[in-house]
Amino acid sequence: MTDTWIILGATSAIARAFARTQAQSGCGLILCGRDFTDMEATAADARARGAAFVEVAAFDARQPETFAPILALTPGLSGMVNCAVFVGSMPEQGEMDADPALIEGCVTDSYTGPARFLTMLAPLMEQRGGGAIVGVGSVAGDRGRLGNYVYGSAKAGFATYLSGLRNRLARSGVHVMTVKPGPVDTAMTWGLPSMPFMTSPAGVVADILKGLKKQRNVIYTSGIWRIIMTVIRLVPEPIFKKMKI
Amino acid sequence: MRWNTDRPTTGWGRALRATSDVARPERAAQLDQALAPAVGNRRSYGDAALNDDGRVIDMTRLDRILSFDRATGEVEVEVGLTIGDLARVMAPQGWLPPVMPGTGFATIGGCIAMDVHGKNHHGAGSFGQHVTEITLIQASDRRRITPADTGIFAATVGGLGQTGIISRARLRLMPAKANIVTVTERRATGWDEHIALLDASQATYCVGWIDATATGHSLGRGILEEAETAAGLVPAPKASKKVPFDAPNFALSAPIVRAFNALYYRRVPEAGRTVVKPIQEFFFPLDRIHDWNRLYGKRGFHQFQCVVPVDQKDALREMLEAITRSGLASPLAVLKRMGPGRAGYMSFPMEGYTLAVDFPNRHAAVKLIERLEQMTVAAKGRLYLAKDSLATGDQIKAMYPDHALWADEAAKADPTGALQTDLTRRLDLRDMP
Repeated sequence: MTDTWIILGATSAIARAFARTQAQSGCGLILCGRDFTDMEATAADARARGAAFVEVAAFDARQPETFAPILALTPGLSGMVNCAVFVGSMPEQGEMDADPALIEGCVTDSYTGPARFLTMLAPLMEQRGGGAIVGVGSVAGDRGRLGNYVYGSAKAGFATYLSGLRNRLARSGVHVMTVKPGPVDTAMTWGLPSMPFMTSPAGVVADILKGLKKQRNVIYTSGIWRIIMTVIRLVPEPIFKKMKI
Repeated sequence: MRWNTDRPTTGWGRALRATSDVARPERAAQLDQALAPAVGNRRSYGDAALNDDGRVIDMTRLDRILSFDRATGEVEVEVGLTIGDLARVMAPQGWLPPVMPGTGFATIGGCIAMDVHGKNHHGAGSFGQHVTEITLIQASDRRRITPADTGIFAATVGGLGQTGIISRARLRLMPAKANIVTVTERRATGWDEHIALLDASQATYCVGWIDATATGHSLGRGILEEAETAAGLVPAPKASKKVPFDAPNFALSAPIVRAFNALYYRRVPEAGRTVVKPIQEFFFPLDRIHDWNRLYGKRGFHQFQCVVPVDQKDALREMLEAITRSGLASPLAVLKRMGPGRAGYMSFPMEGYTLAVDFPNRHAAVKLIERLEQMTVAAKGRLYLAKDSLATGDQIKAMYPDHALWADEAAKADPTGALQTDLTRRLDLRDMP
């Protein structure tokens, strides 16, 4: 019996760190994304680290026809099928203000694309009666802010979707965990002005593994963001709307 | 590739600093976008990984194992992979990196560019001798070189990154039934006994710790560690600790170091002992304390490391005397017998004895190191460029007889000098003689 992780957005730094840990514990991996050259390197790395098997598959949140072929890889698998979602895109808010057509892509990448995929995957997991889904959202989804409210709203939608999916799948033994990272030290944040309480991809993955072990429903990473976001959510709207954070 | 502008960086010793624009690509294809010195985890003590007022490319996010042949033990890796990570992954599968430096945080790229050595240098040679192929990114070229490409390969291994960005490397691992190390520790009561024990050792891994505060009859006393890898139940490695702030300046003052060293020496019983350790604890003892370089305070520290030929051990003893007289040494002092193995024109190793000692960055220590460097020149020895921050270009060129060959290859490979670092500029290494 080998458990398998489907990893959506396998080229992101966090996904790569996550794939590494699962390879080392002997799971099978299905790496899904757009950059095959990069995914092949990650696949080779996973094999060297002890993954039971590694497949590389095309996944584009904006091209739903890529979804079914990934799911078609699952029927022959022996153990539990799990899925971790690391996709999303964060165009600058200013760019979207200037070109509202960009909003659709951001929402598809960060919310509707992965939601559609997970909705297709859900019955297969219900059938197996177990496994886990890790959905990576963002603290940006906890309250709409001047700086990135389109991205934030997409992640908020995804978080709400995950909470509903959790409600549905818990009945058949499937665990759904929502992960809300604060700033993470990746290519996305490299070269931007320094941000407080930044964590590393390895730090996020350590928190994800701990959360999975404890069957947590929603985790913040690093943990301090739970407190920060609680405070930010408590600021009354009349005051919040004048703030610039 | 996005550049993180005006980022302050330091060498591991934190005595030399630079401000650079730094890129940290996460996709290998981005390496084609710019040519600048490539750096890893900056474990070189001095300025080998610094490029003040210029650009550097941080390779640490390109750290995957690209192929692994379980039958032959040959791996190809992206060179941002650390040697510690490679060891951690491979040891349970029966293979080990054939050469491991004293820190697991060194990247494979750094191990090649410095042609590092380990505690088994007398038997296994230097790191570069186990490298079978290197992928180099040059201004208008991406090429694979092997040891058969004599000039460029010898200029790249130990070549301080001056022949191109080393992006991938293929190396032969060593079969090892290894997840633990059995370490036999014994006291050496003085210099002559220490040297004799090092000379007589038959062990695969052998290194001596020196109490660089002991004087008189005890001069050169220390602990000889001999080790073999083995299979066995792994004792859980102790969790690593962090140094949360810069230590005050008195933390490594003479009385404290003396007291620490005396305790450390007596830790091993007079009759010696054999202990079992997880591999990383033996090979990378200091990695258990993250950022241990902060223990030296804000001003940082220097490491002096030289190697002298076998017949110059008296010169080495004189150096140790000068060090103990100064009272400036830190607890970190290491003596090792080196074999002749080296793979590049600018590789450090030579058959003989190597001594490495840390000193806090103070005026008196700088003066002492300058003297030790002159003594090294007189003894026909060599200074290690991964550690150096104080030598002069003339000294280095005198120590490295193949320097001209290297400079010639580097000039062909990087005609515009885009890969120059603070180190190559300080020592005028790229100047053709």
